[in-house]
Amino acid sequence: MNFMTNHRIGPENGEKQSPDSPVLMPFALIGRTVMDWVNRMGSAAIFLSKALLHILGRKQLFKTVQQIYYIGARSITIIMLVSLFTGMVLGLQSYHALLKFGAAGAVGSLVSLSLIMELGPVLTAIMITARAGSAITAEIGIQRISEQIDALHTMRINPIRYLISPKLSAAIISFPLLTAVFDLIGILGGYVSAVVLLGLNGGVYVHSISTYVDWRDINNGFIKSIVFAVIVATVCCYQGYFAHMRRDSHGAQAVGLATTSAVVTSCVLVLVSDYVVTSLLV
Amino acid sequence: MDAPLIEFKNVTKRFGNKTVLEDVNLQIYEGQITTIIGLSGSGKSVMLKHIIGLIQPENGEILFRGKPLARMKKSEIAESFSQISYMFQGNALFDSLTVYENIALPLQETTNLKKEEIDQRVMARIEQTELTEAVFKYPSQLSGGMQKRVALARALITDPRIVLFDEPTTGQDPVRKNAILSMIAQYQKKLNFTAILVSHEIPDVYFISNRILALYDRKIVFQGTPEELENFDHPFMDEVISSLESLQKELTGLYSKRQFGMLNHLQLKRRKSGESYCLVVFTLKELNAITTKVGHDAAQEAVRNMGIYIEKHFGAIGGFSTRRSSNEVITMLPYSSLEETESIMGNFVMDFHAQVMPAIQQGACKFASEGETVNITILAGVAEGESTENINNVLSLAISSQKEIGRFSCAVQGGNQ
Repeated sequence: MNFMTNHRIGPENGEKQSPDSPVLMPFALIGRTVMDWVNRMGSAAIFLSKALLHILGRKQLFKTVQQIYYIGARSITIIMLVSLFTGMVLGLQSYHALLKFGAAGAVGSLVSLSLIMELGPVLTAIMITARAGSAITAEIGIQRISEQIDALHTMRINPIRYLISPKLSAAIISFPLLTAVFDLIGILGGYVSAVVLLGLNGGVYVHSISTYVDWRDINNGFIKSIVFAVIVATVCCYQGYFAHMRRDSHGAQAVGLATTSAVVTSCVLVLVSDYVVTSLLV
Repeated sequence: MDAPLIEFKNVTKRFGNKTVLEDVNLQIYEGQITTIIGLSGSGKSVMLKHIIGLIQPENGEILFRGKPLARMKKSEIAESFSQISYMFQGNALFDSLTVYENIALPLQETTNLKKEEIDQRVMARIEQTELTEAVFKYPSQLSGGMQKRVALARALITDPRIVLFDEPTTGQDPVRKNAILSMIAQYQKKLNFTAILVSHEIPDVYFISNRILALYDRKIVFQGTPEELENFDHPFMDEVISSLESLQKELTGLYSKRQFGMLNHLQLKRRKSGESYCLVVFTLKELNAITTKVGHDAAQEAVRNMGIYIEKHFGAIGGFSTRRSSNEVITMLPYSSLEETESIMGNFVMDFHAQVMPAIQQGACKFASEGETVNITILAGVAEGESTENINNVLSLAISSQKEIGRFSCAVQGGNQ
């Protein structure tokens, strides 16, 4: 008896190997995952381009203003709160660190540059994702599973034009504005901790900012915030819009998972794209 | 018959490994009410979604006015679909929009009408569908019946040529179910659109339908008139129709036409040649007036109250009844002569005045609005036939001998009837 023949794994007599065979399974799995990822990226890109195409429609202004209120105006409080404490912590930490080198006068520039170039756009994007992004996914997801999006199709209303484009344009307008608010309040927070609480000279704090921060830094921060706006709006809308296509769940559970997925994906993509955009702008 | 408006040719649809429709062939004709019946989950809604293009078939083709959708240009498809409206099973109303905004949405987004004209058209539909009190309410603040009416108003706001109704009566109480169907029938006559209904539960759908399509085991097993369906011999009839009939008995207290026919056949078979039976025909004469002036709910409540009492009264002496049309009930008295029946009718009329008229009046008048007056007449006619005689002749005789047995009016003034 040939021992090896009984345990041989693989094709015999020119037989084709099924992708489900134990040997090919890991490769098939990787292949499927990659294909799936490529498909989703392609589909998201088409989704984004369709949404961009309808941003400037005749009847879009009112809907965009409405969305600016939901995404932007209603996020101001949380953005102000987070930015104030971020600025205060930055001021506190940098004051003590720079004091060791006798450079406490540079606290203002350190706080402001950190906020304007990095923390402002990134934290604003993450906070809006948590507050408005999740709501967008849940709203669109529910509209999908309750056939409201199908109803739009039957009424010959383009659902992407009606639902997605106003949210995308509102995000593109709101993100830089909220980033600006974040930067200003953050710098004020740094002033409170470094000047008011720790006794640094106020004039030195302001002078340091005006000396080291230039328009290019501010513009770069805004460019980042626009990139993040497009990413967050696309990911959140896309996840909700295709909540019914999820393989892992159906109905309300699919909307819940789509919302979680939208928040996690948005945050990860914001951080990844932050590096990419920074490396291109530096 | 004219060329079909919509035609399915060997349409097959699969979801993964599950085949929902297999080689489906059907024709839908213009200006008619066509009802697709079948068991729950048999693919009726999937079929409807193929018509509006929400789902594409795997195999086969769908023809619109004789032209395959698959071979049409984008503009032609858009033109074809622009004539169609869809009323979803779950209504699909926008819960963040008010009733007014929901109904106005298709006009605001797809037309260039001025605000005043949109207002005028929306308010007209709101009045027609008896939603005046709910204009600024949100869907979540409305009852199931009102939500259905909002969905109906939205489906009709663009004056479509074809309206698809996906289970329009699901989740409604018996009276409301028939009221919605009566509303659909009324609008269909008034606006002359082609209606395609999907239903799995309403016996009364037969009264308003011109054609019935039966979906069973992934295929269309019957296409024809409601009368032809009664003689259709297929396992579908046992599984679907019998469940509908038991529901009808539960809802109205009356037998279905098919059950009535079977009972009639069995009873008359036992009789010797020359033995007679009697047939009574009751008609609620101004049903359309009740519908128009007091509303669909009132009309259905009045018919239901009349049917329940007739079955109760004549059932006790071996009679059985069915609804012949939306406002007509026929009762068979298999063991009574004309003389006996007339004497029974004498008692019936007395009881009718004492007990039933107030119930019918209450049903018809409870939704009446102030200042509205509706006169309602109830007719009854008796005829005698022999067991060997054609029942239709006896029926015609009974109809021609109809006399008034009751009359009342709903006049609501200052909140009193």
